[in-house]
Amino acid sequence: MKALGVLVAIALSLALQTTLSRFVVGGSVAVDVVLVAVIATALTIGPVGGMLAGTAAGLIQDALSSGVIGIGGLAKTIVGFLAGAFGQQFIVTAALPRLVIFVAGTVLHGVVYMGLYSLLDLREFPSPWKPLAAQALGNALVGIVAFGIIESLPGMVERRRARRVRR
Amino acid sequence: MALLDIRQRTGWLFGALVVSHIILISAQVTTKRGVPVLQEVTFGVFAELQRASTSALSSAQEGWQNYFALQQIRQENERLKKEVTQLSVSLQQERTAAQQTRTLQGLLDLKSGTAFQTTAATVIGSGADPEFRTITIDKGTQDGLRADMAVISPAGVVGRILMPTARAAKVQLIIDRDAAAGVVIERSRVGGLVSGIGSADALAFKAGLIQLEYVPGSADVKKGDRVVTSGLDGIYPKGLPVGEIQSAERVSGEWRIRLKPAVDFSSLEAVLVVLQVPEPPGDVKPAADGEP
Repeated sequence: MKALGVLVAIALSLALQTTLSRFVVGGSVAVDVVLVAVIATALTIGPVGGMLAGTAAGLIQDALSSGVIGIGGLAKTIVGFLAGAFGQQFIVTAALPRLVIFVAGTVLHGVVYMGLYSLLDLREFPSPWKPLAAQALGNALVGIVAFGIIESLPGMVERRRARRVRR
Repeated sequence: MALLDIRQRTGWLFGALVVSHIILISAQVTTKRGVPVLQEVTFGVFAELQRASTSALSSAQEGWQNYFALQQIRQENERLKKEVTQLSVSLQQERTAAQQTRTLQGLLDLKSGTAFQTTAATVIGSGADPEFRTITIDKGTQDGLRADMAVISPAGVVGRILMPTARAAKVQLIIDRDAAAGVVIERSRVGGLVSGIGSADALAFKAGLIQLEYVPGSADVKKGDRVVTSGLDGIYPKGLPVGEIQSAERVSGEWRIRLKPAVDFSSLEAVLVVLQVPEPPGDVKPAADGEP
C-alpha cells in the first residue's frame, strides 16, 4: 500500500514538475517538486523507501530530460537515504525541522547534481549558489505546505463523512 | 529471510544503488580521450586485477622454479658428496700406493746396498697369539727361503724365518720372547745378546721393547747408544741396526738394558729375506748378487 502511494506521489510530482517547467525563469526552476516528493517519502517511510523513491524518481526525471541518465537518480537516492535516516533518528514532525531537512536535502541534491556534471565536464554552472538557495527555500515551502495538506487530508475526509451522516 | 529483507540491509542497498548509478553514468559519459568512462574505468580496474594476477602468477612460477632449482641443487649436492667420497678413497689409495712405493724403494736401496743375496717379501699376516710375536710373509721354500734365514728391513733387523712353507713363511720377530741375536753396542763395541721380553714385564712387553743381556757391569753403556748385530749368532749378518738403548741400570754387577727396536713393527709392510745364512766371524764370504 505504501509502495503504491509512493508511486502515485512520484507520478504526480513528475507530472507537476513537467508542467511547472514551462514557467522557467532565467533558465532555472525555482522548485523541484520531484525532490520534494522524495524527501517527503523518506521522512514518512524511512531510508529504504526514501532511497528507492529517489532512485525511481531521479531516473525517470533524467530520462525525461536530455541529461545523463543517472546523475539526478544518484543525487536523489543519496538525499532520499539521508533524509530517511535523519527522519528515523530525530523527531521531525514540527515545521522547522522539516524546513531544515528540505533546505539541506535540496542543497545536497544540488551539490551532488552540479558537482557530478562539473566533474564530468559536461555542463558549467557559473553562479550556482543563488538559484540553489532559491530552490532550497522554494522546496522547503512547498514541502511544508504539502506535508500540511497530506496530514490534514484524513481529518477532512472524516469531518465530511460526519456532516453527511448528520444530514 | 532476514538476509533477503532489504530493510535489514539498508547500507548495502544504498551502496548497491550508488554503484549502479555510477556505472549507469559511466556508461553514457566519455572522457576527453573519447573513450567511455565505463570502458576506461572497467579497463583500469581489470588492468589492476590483471597486474595482481600476473604478479601472483609470476611469484608462484618463480617459487616453483626456485623449488625445482633447489631440488636440482640437492641432487647435485648428493652427486658431489659421492664424488668427494670417491675422490677421498682414491686419494687414500694414492697415498697408500706412494707409501708402498717408498717402502719398496727403501727395500730396493737396502737390497742393492747389501753384500748378500736377498729377496723381497710382503707381510700378509701377523701371529694369532699376541704372546708370540710373529708375522707371515708371502714367500716360502719355492722362493728359496729356509728356516733361520734373517729377515730385515731398511730400518734394521726384523727377525728370522721360523717356519717356511712352499708359498709363505712364518717370521719370528726380534721382539718375541724366544728370539735372540748377537749384538754389539756400536759406540763401545761391547757385545751382548738381545732377546724379547715376555708378558711378565707387562710395561716393556706392551711398549714392544727388547732387552740386552750379558753385558758386564764394567762396560761402557749409555742411554741412546745404537746396538747392531755382531754376526756371531750365525743368523743375522753383521752390522744391521737392532735398536737404541732406552734405559740402562746396573743390577747385581750387570747391566739391565732395555732397547727400543729400530724397526716399527706396527707398520711393517714389506721385508727382505737374506737368502744366505752368514758364516761365523772371520769366515764371512759375501755372496755375489743373484747367487742363491
